[in-house]
Amino acid sequence: MNDGERTAAGPAGGAPPDTHRSLPHGPRADVARAAGHRDPPPRMGFFTDTSVCIGCKACEVACKEWNGVPEHGLELTGMSYDNTQGLGANSWRHVAFVEQRKPLGGQEPGVAHAGPDVFKAARALGTSPGAGTPAPETAPAGAPAGEIPPVAPGGRTELRWLMSSDVCKHCTQAACLDVCPTGALFRTEFGTVVLQEDVCNGCGYCVPACPYGVVGRREGDGRAWKCTLCYDRLGAGLEPACAKACPTDSIQFGPLEELRERAAARVAQLHAAGVRDARLYGESPEDGVGGDGAFFLLLDEPEVYGLPPDPVVTTRDLPAMWKQAALAAVSLAALGVAGFVRRPR
Amino acid sequence: MAECHPVGFQWVMEAKARGAKVIHVDPRFTRTSALADLHVPLRAGSDIAFLGGIVNYVLSNDLYFRDYVVAYTNGPVVLGEDFRDTEDLDGVFSGLDAEHRSYDNASWQYQGMEVQAAAGQRDAEYDRRTGRGRSVSEAARGEAHGSGGADIGEGEPERDETMTHPRCVFQVLKRHYARYTPEMVERICGVPQDLFRQVCELVTQNSGRDRTTAFAYAVGWTQHTVGVQYIRAAAVLQLLLGNIGRPGGGILALRGHASIQGSTDIPTLFNLLPGYIPMPHAHEHQDLESFVRAEAQRKGFWGDMRAYLVSLLKAYWGDAATADNDYCFDHLPRLTGSHSTYETVLAQLDGVCKGYFLYGENPAVGSADARLQRLGMANLDWLVVRDFSLIESATWWKDGPEIESGELSTEDIRTEVFFLPAAAHTEKDGSFTNTQRLLQWHHQAVEPPGDARSDLWFTYHLGRIVREKLAGSTDPMDRPVLDLTWDYPVKGAMAEPDAEAVLAEINGRDADGNPLASYEQLKDDGSTACGCWIYCGVYADGVNQAARRTPGREQNWVANQWGWAWPANRRILYNRASADPDGRPWSERKALVWWDAEKGQWTGHDIPDFPKDRPPSWQPPPGARAAEALSGTDAFVMQADGKGWLYVPSGLTDGPLPTHYEPQDSPFVNLLYRQQRNPVRHLMPSLPDNRYQPSGDEPGSQVFPYVATTYRLTEHHTAGGMSRWQPYLAELQPEFFCEVSPELAAERGLEHTGWATIVSARGVIEARVLVTDRMPPLTVHGRTLHQVGLPYHWGPNGYSTGDAANELLHLALDPNTHIQETKAFAVDIRPGRRPRGPAAQALVRAYRARAGIDDRTGTEL
Repeated sequence: MNDGERTAAGPAGGAPPDTHRSLPHGPRADVARAAGHRDPPPRMGFFTDTSVCIGCKACEVACKEWNGVPEHGLELTGMSYDNTQGLGANSWRHVAFVEQRKPLGGQEPGVAHAGPDVFKAARALGTSPGAGTPAPETAPAGAPAGEIPPVAPGGRTELRWLMSSDVCKHCTQAACLDVCPTGALFRTEFGTVVLQEDVCNGCGYCVPACPYGVVGRREGDGRAWKCTLCYDRLGAGLEPACAKACPTDSIQFGPLEELRERAAARVAQLHAAGVRDARLYGESPEDGVGGDGAFFLLLDEPEVYGLPPDPVVTTRDLPAMWKQAALAAVSLAALGVAGFVRRPR
Repeated sequence: MAECHPVGFQWVMEAKARGAKVIHVDPRFTRTSALADLHVPLRAGSDIAFLGGIVNYVLSNDLYFRDYVVAYTNGPVVLGEDFRDTEDLDGVFSGLDAEHRSYDNASWQYQGMEVQAAAGQRDAEYDRRTGRGRSVSEAARGEAHGSGGADIGEGEPERDETMTHPRCVFQVLKRHYARYTPEMVERICGVPQDLFRQVCELVTQNSGRDRTTAFAYAVGWTQHTVGVQYIRAAAVLQLLLGNIGRPGGGILALRGHASIQGSTDIPTLFNLLPGYIPMPHAHEHQDLESFVRAEAQRKGFWGDMRAYLVSLLKAYWGDAATADNDYCFDHLPRLTGSHSTYETVLAQLDGVCKGYFLYGENPAVGSADARLQRLGMANLDWLVVRDFSLIESATWWKDGPEIESGELSTEDIRTEVFFLPAAAHTEKDGSFTNTQRLLQWHHQAVEPPGDARSDLWFTYHLGRIVREKLAGSTDPMDRPVLDLTWDYPVKGAMAEPDAEAVLAEINGRDADGNPLASYEQLKDDGSTACGCWIYCGVYADGVNQAARRTPGREQNWVANQWGWAWPANRRILYNRASADPDGRPWSERKALVWWDAEKGQWTGHDIPDFPKDRPPSWQPPPGARAAEALSGTDAFVMQADGKGWLYVPSGLTDGPLPTHYEPQDSPFVNLLYRQQRNPVRHLMPSLPDNRYQPSGDEPGSQVFPYVATTYRLTEHHTAGGMSRWQPYLAELQPEFFCEVSPELAAERGLEHTGWATIVSARGVIEARVLVTDRMPPLTVHGRTLHQVGLPYHWGPNGYSTGDAANELLHLALDPNTHIQETKAFAVDIRPGRRPRGPAAQALVRAYRARAGIDDRTGTEL
């Protein structure tokens, strides 16, 4: 992606920023600035609210259409309706389907809708006789509300079908960046992590470096590929293809800080509605990767969705390891020198 | 809905975000169930029992919306003394002609009206009303009421405002549904009583003055031998609860493709003209006058049918249509019987039908009894297939299952097959009409690739060339083609006809060629031309109203500046019913339109679906007709009596009240009546490739012990022509599979991701097995029932392949719509792959023999 090089040169000229290094550890790191971008826009990311995902896979198809990602092959896996199986070089979005014998529920929507409030609009018309249309929360008594206890047909345990669209996490501390020897991977001004296929030499170091197993090498090509968070679209002021295609706003795109606020409110709302399983994943800057640029609202443990419960940036211990190695080398050298020094004549 | 209409489902999620409760009733747990508040699995084919149970709950607990029912429905109307209900006749209505498998509905009429036959199986009313001409036709007319009910004859019906008269509709309804008890629902549908009660409570508590409930359905309701009555059952319930004509209410038909609504409005159906004007049947000495006299209503907007029809004839034949020649009424074809798609197949087999156009349709995979479809096509002289890919219907002659089995050989098939690539919707201009009757224009984005052309291009140029070839002909048979107005402007290198010019023609023009604004401007004297009266106004002021895209935030919540909805851009039909008889909204919360006494007109958020200046107190003068005859409370303006019909005296072929019958092939007896199946179901002949199965307790019925149902997946589209060739879609659901419960898998030794063979009396298919809790076993009639789920997208061609589920289907149809019963039938399932070659048909024959099937099986009344 040539855009990357343009960006890497820096809009204000001067010394090129070092966009190819991960960050010093610490919360709320301003990743783009730390990578050398001057006056970067707010860090952008995804909030994937799996509680409203309907498993339509429009995100998978839209991603492939926009980015020209090849098909991943025809294989009926038997893993519910998941025939994509996971993220990789040829799947940059992946919808997991998890069938569980658990009570139905916990899928209450309630995302903040940017669209018009029809009730408010109707009220504002002022042509309605009387006081206008009351808001839905002031529904008259007798309206059904609250919990609907699940009933099992034929004595069967209740059923829950979890769906969740996974994607590259665009980590605050991205090990793939650290290990890339060519500079193919770089941090954009939006704080996202992008892989330039025309720079990648196919060494594959980034593949095991990713704590989520996101990056993959493409067969017959050898190079590594992953989600770019539609860097080309972002530059043109468009949202990523997957978020654009999502019919229920399960995939939300925006400034990360805003998404975090929205997510916190959403979890609180779900907890208040009795959905105690709801939790955020990858949202905390305190976690092992310094927080994800793409984080999730889950309704069960991360492992259920095939996500690592406690991801750690794989290069976290490298400095310490190098320090140990250096110490060992120095010790060995010192021993050697000492050996010469003390050699009896 | 999430499964097949994911984009539309966003609005269900919006509703949920605002506090709506979502109930999903479906044999299997789908992506919709996953997001619903309540999933209710039931036996496929038992929905009338389920809905009838809710009706009974509403009636026996006095939970109906009394003021609404009295004012706006035919609940208070008294029926004639001759009517006998299924209660009296053990499952059939009075008027059954067992020999001809049809009803004479003379006894279904209102007290005080002239005796009136329905627009039914035989259009007997024609004889009565015109006093001449003998009907030689036989075709259903149910679809002719796509925008309003049938006529009911002269006179004023007798009413009992207290609804206590023993013969009033309300009391008949009460007696009819009294046996649909929660216990019966549990035994027939397999829905536990406490779950059923929850549904009843949710629906009734969310209906009334302040709240409304909506029903959404798709072909899970229509594709049955009683499909129309499924929808009718919902209509009865919604009318009782006052959920029609009001915001948040209604019954929404989710369509199977973009613009299926459009394809009935401007029909691709054999028995309709644009705007639901019936196609004339063949009668001797029939002229425009006698046709209109037979078909038009006295009251309501259908009373002006002559103006709609004459304007249509003027649009078709322009200057050639004059008062002297009946506006070319005789140029219209005449029906000589049912010419539905399935009769057409039989006509192919009989050698009567010699040519066939397939526009984006893949019957070799997508139609019931797919084998019979292919055999029919193999008997044609010519076949034209227009599609994106080489679908099975284009290649059966070289690689179809019958070639493989040796029953057909390519060199012996004389059908000449033409394949013409089609342009996609992104490659052409045009409109989509959705379930809300909303027309939305789409603009061409790119040129079609290669030889691909739009259907409009193909049809226009085909017509142009045919007309050139016929030019100068003096054969009267050629006049209808030669007289056509066929002068659409073309543009671009490909000479693509201007789609907006077609829209303008549909909209209509006055005598000076100016675009019309409303169907109320249409005249019956030949001074106006209009291609479809209900679409009149879509090109008002010479502007493509369907292309309007004013954002929601810039208009009120009804948003009637987005696209254009028929009729007259009204977004909710019959919205006069959103106000009480005095013209005030039933509640502030549900206000939509109301009477403004000061201004002396109807006003509101939506455009009133009512004569604008007619006060609520208006009583029509004696002798008034058409719209003039509507009283101030006749909210159902398309209906012959201005009322919503709880009971249908006229217009349906199979009964005035929805009644539970078992599907054509069912492992169960009808617990409610001795009558097992819909007595007037449209039964195609029991051919060797269309055998019916024994049902209920008949010997052999347990050879096919499982209920099967077909459906679609989000990842594919119908018969696969648009999806199986797309790698990005094919990889998401790469293979045909069946869905079974763990219990059924254990019972039959089916392995997850292994192979299963599924057999009916018509065919045998194989599928990979998905064992899932989402296909729950049910307790029906006190025993365990397993259901088999079959997505029907696959066929042998394309990138993702598999057997076609439709190989298993029979040709017993709904008598009103001629739609096949793909949503509930009986099969056997066993592990392993199916036999190949001739052995496959041998297996089917062996099953038939074991079940004792012959040409009479299942054809009982």
